[in-house]
Amino acid sequence: MSETADRVKKIVVEHLGVEPDKVTEDASFIDDLGADSLDIVELVMAFEEEFGVEIPDDAAEKITTVRDAIEYIDQNKG
Amino acid sequence: MMRRVVVTGLGLVTPLGGDVETSWKNLLASKSGAGPITHFDASDQKCRIACEVKPADHEYGFDPNKRVDFKTQRQVDPFIIFGIDAAGQAVEDAGLTDMDEATRLRAGVSIGSGIGGLPGIESESLVLHEKGPGRVSPHFVHGRLINLISGQVSIKYGLMGPNHAVVTACSTGAHSIGDAARMIRDDDADIMLAGGAEATICPIGIAGFAQARALSTNFNDRPEKASRPYDKGRDGFVMGEGAGVVVLEEYEHAKARGAKIYAEVVGYGLSGDAYHVTAPHPEGSGGYRAMEMALRKSGLQPSDIDYINAHGTSTPLGDELELGSVKRLLANAIGNVSMSSTKSAIGHLLGGAGAVESIFCILAMRDQIVPPTLNLDDPEESCAGVDLVPHKAKERPVRAVLNNSFGFGGTNASLIMKSVN
Repeated sequence: MSETADRVKKIVVEHLGVEPDKVTEDASFIDDLGADSLDIVELVMAFEEEFGVEIPDDAAEKITTVRDAIEYIDQNKG
Repeated sequence: MMRRVVVTGLGLVTPLGGDVETSWKNLLASKSGAGPITHFDASDQKCRIACEVKPADHEYGFDPNKRVDFKTQRQVDPFIIFGIDAAGQAVEDAGLTDMDEATRLRAGVSIGSGIGGLPGIESESLVLHEKGPGRVSPHFVHGRLINLISGQVSIKYGLMGPNHAVVTACSTGAHSIGDAARMIRDDDADIMLAGGAEATICPIGIAGFAQARALSTNFNDRPEKASRPYDKGRDGFVMGEGAGVVVLEEYEHAKARGAKIYAEVVGYGLSGDAYHVTAPHPEGSGGYRAMEMALRKSGLQPSDIDYINAHGTSTPLGDELELGSVKRLLANAIGNVSMSSTKSAIGHLLGGAGAVESIFCILAMRDQIVPPTLNLDDPEESCAGVDLVPHKAKERPVRAVLNNSFGFGGTNASLIMKSVN
């Protein structure tokens, strides 16, 4: 597992209060992890802080799974 | 025939306990909830003490995990967490955890707060200042709004009746119960969760009240001595935090389901001082009129009132003015009444005060014992002839009770409850 994936999963666990083993790369934030749209806004903010990336609103809207987040961050972090 | 309103459930989060029985037991044992402020570094404040709700590992601490889920705890201010928990306790106590849809359509919530999410407003405004608008939490607004205890509780239990929240400073808790009782009487609902919550022990909260010269500042080295209503050495209130919520229910509705009935809400009075934003009217006339209205509505006589839980905040002006109004109201019957200020033990819960203190009144009727006024070592001369229950709780007959709450803006509320049997 990549370092990015580890850090993303840690943030998801801390923010959503879910069991770590539920946070698979295929997990959907809304369908599998109990998030609502505002929770995703908060998660995206936390990813921006953690990785020093800017995630614009139109890109954030396409991040629906853990894998989406990891891939976006890996492609865009400096 | 007028619909009667009774109390069938209680919930408390106080500096003396995370539930009703622990808070009450410690109150009767003359314990103080005061101590040095631990929520933040208060070393540069004029007032460095408060009555904080204790952490879960404390002997009489509060465990937020019991009734509030992890995500909600992260998103909302502490006053909402206290309110949701106290409401949950009251629902469980009333045996209403499994209401059917017809019942929930006629069940509402009216839980207010004096100030609301001040700690979160303070901390998030620093985020805005330091990191910019893009870092402000998406949960900022609905995690701080005063009516969001009522909102959260209604969602949690599926309550579809009136959804309301009173904001009348330190009278909030009493107004919430009084207004909700009227909603039941007026047939808007059969059940109402009513009360108040507050949690403003944060740098700007303490600084703001201290600058308004409202807080005690002479007892930073002896916190448990600071709240001393009616005592000559008093110099301001001690800030408390927590929540109180009652289940109010239409009498026949409660009887039909065999509910435990604690008390009946029989009198409610409201008034405005029309005088000053923070100072009470110099003749105490606003407080008097609220009490007089509550007594008149109750149909009781002054001699029927056995216990008064006073507003009694331990401020130099307010305590004696309230005492004068009580003497005027009860006249010759003053010798029968016991009157204490439980703020001497738990501090001033602001918007939560009236609800928490109404619950103490109800428990006084249940157990036939009145809680004490702590630290009343050297009473003012005006206290002569009035039983202010100094230092120790006192067993006595308690059949009807009066609770007073007076708030900034000159807003006054009085509630009278009596035992049903």
